[in-house]
Amino acid sequence: MAQIEIKDVKKRYKTGVTAIYDLNLEIEKGEFVFIIGPTGCGKSTLIKMLYREEKPTAGSIFVGGLNVAKLRNGSVYKLRRKIGVVFQDFKLLSKATVYENIAFALEIFGLPKSEIHGKVIKVLDLVGLKHRAKNYPHQLSGGEQQRVAIARAIVNGPKILICDEPTGNLDPKTSSEIMDVLTAINQMGTTLIMVTHNRDIVERMKKRTILLDAGRLVKDFKEGTYESV
Amino acid sequence: MKAFRILIRNIRDAFISVIRNFSLSIASISSITITLVVVSISILLTYNVANFTRLVEEDVTIVAFLDKDVSPERILEIKDELSKIEGIESYIFESKADILKSMIETSDVFKNIMSNWDDTDNPLQDTYLIKVEDLHKIDGIADQIKGIPNVSLVKYGEGVVQNLIKTFDIIRQISIGIVAALIIVTTFLISNTIKLTIFARKTEISIMRLVGASNITIKIPFVFEGLFLGIIGSIIPIIATVYSYAFLYDNFDGQVFSPFIKLVAPNPFLYVVSLMLLGIGITVGMIGSWWAVRRHLKA
Repeated sequence: MAQIEIKDVKKRYKTGVTAIYDLNLEIEKGEFVFIIGPTGCGKSTLIKMLYREEKPTAGSIFVGGLNVAKLRNGSVYKLRRKIGVVFQDFKLLSKATVYENIAFALEIFGLPKSEIHGKVIKVLDLVGLKHRAKNYPHQLSGGEQQRVAIARAIVNGPKILICDEPTGNLDPKTSSEIMDVLTAINQMGTTLIMVTHNRDIVERMKKRTILLDAGRLVKDFKEGTYESV
Repeated sequence: MKAFRILIRNIRDAFISVIRNFSLSIASISSITITLVVVSISILLTYNVANFTRLVEEDVTIVAFLDKDVSPERILEIKDELSKIEGIESYIFESKADILKSMIETSDVFKNIMSNWDDTDNPLQDTYLIKVEDLHKIDGIADQIKGIPNVSLVKYGEGVVQNLIKTFDIIRQISIGIVAALIIVTTFLISNTIKLTIFARKTEISIMRLVGASNITIKIPFVFEGLFLGIIGSIIPIIATVYSYAFLYDNFDGQVFSPFIKLVAPNPFLYVVSLMLLGIGITVGMIGSWWAVRRHLKA
């Protein structure tokens, strides 16, 4: 069984708008997958279903063996502990320091302080922000904030990292730095799914690329580029 | 060990959160404070009204007058018959000589007239003074006493007592109603304030969910926060209650307007009220937080 299996998934919102039609998709362990497409094509809906922010109207979605479509509200945490999620707007706790923002994701498991400290420092080192541990998010640049968000997403060692336009708010140079961090994470064995509008990144990375349009999977390239679209 | 660590972390986080979200905390705390002051006033009033009515009720006595020629043996038999009637709390026998003696002691006029009476020309009657357990049953008990042979007359302020009972019942129901309504209003008010403050932190809750916190893990720190807000919010009402009631009690010598209306003594009354306020503050704070967070966990 693939790590992520999407079978005959349909998503229709209460407003009557259908965002996804009969989607079938498999993503293997360790893959790096871009999801691209015009605004309103269903990219966000698709990955929201992957971390169970939205539920599919029909079909099944298996993520790491869990049927997300049937996951009860009270059990969502079981899925979230298997995956990491990174957003365009970082979603950091503004009143907590960089260290606290990351430690927070470990504290909920009741780990001892020393273990938390070790893991946080290690992951801060990985994203190159060890020296910023005591700063608050507003004292950091956009790129640095995104790196904190990535550090928080991977500190638990998730098998899958989902990124919703992680470079959407960043300049090209910073975007490229973020992509380096994400590539490093992927090379360590983490499956990476990334929604993006950034043409340069997709072309440069030459990774599997899935194109959605009007809620349907239009193309699935092994080494996609925007040009091939 | 793990559970203990989580508990300690929750308490610490809740404490930090109260301080970090200071302005929101102040909003919740002041709403708790204001409503608890009102609750406190109504508790003080209710207790004092209840105390006053209880004292009045305790004063109500049935007087059973015995026939003039009743023998000492018969008086003892009547005592046995009284003890068989249900609902009687206590009874005391007062002989006509005792009554005479106490009347002579009360005024010089009586003394002048009555001091010459001896046992044979004492026109007064032997009596039993009877207290009942429940004033609502006084009519029935009085009727049963009337039925005892050699009891010539039974008096207990008929009519007045019934009115008293009715009035006190109404006062009690109204005051209990007011306190209950206030507690409900308080719960809603506080829970709404907390709801607003938690709404401002819905990002925080969504992030907690995102990193894999279970619903219960998210709720617990907020509930502890509610506990802290409840404790802090009840400090001022407790201090205000203790000092102002003690001041009032001392200044009025423990009574209002007349010796007839007695205030409840501050000790241990104020401890009880303080604990009630603290309890209400904590409960309402915790329940309010629980409700408020729950709304953000339904996705």
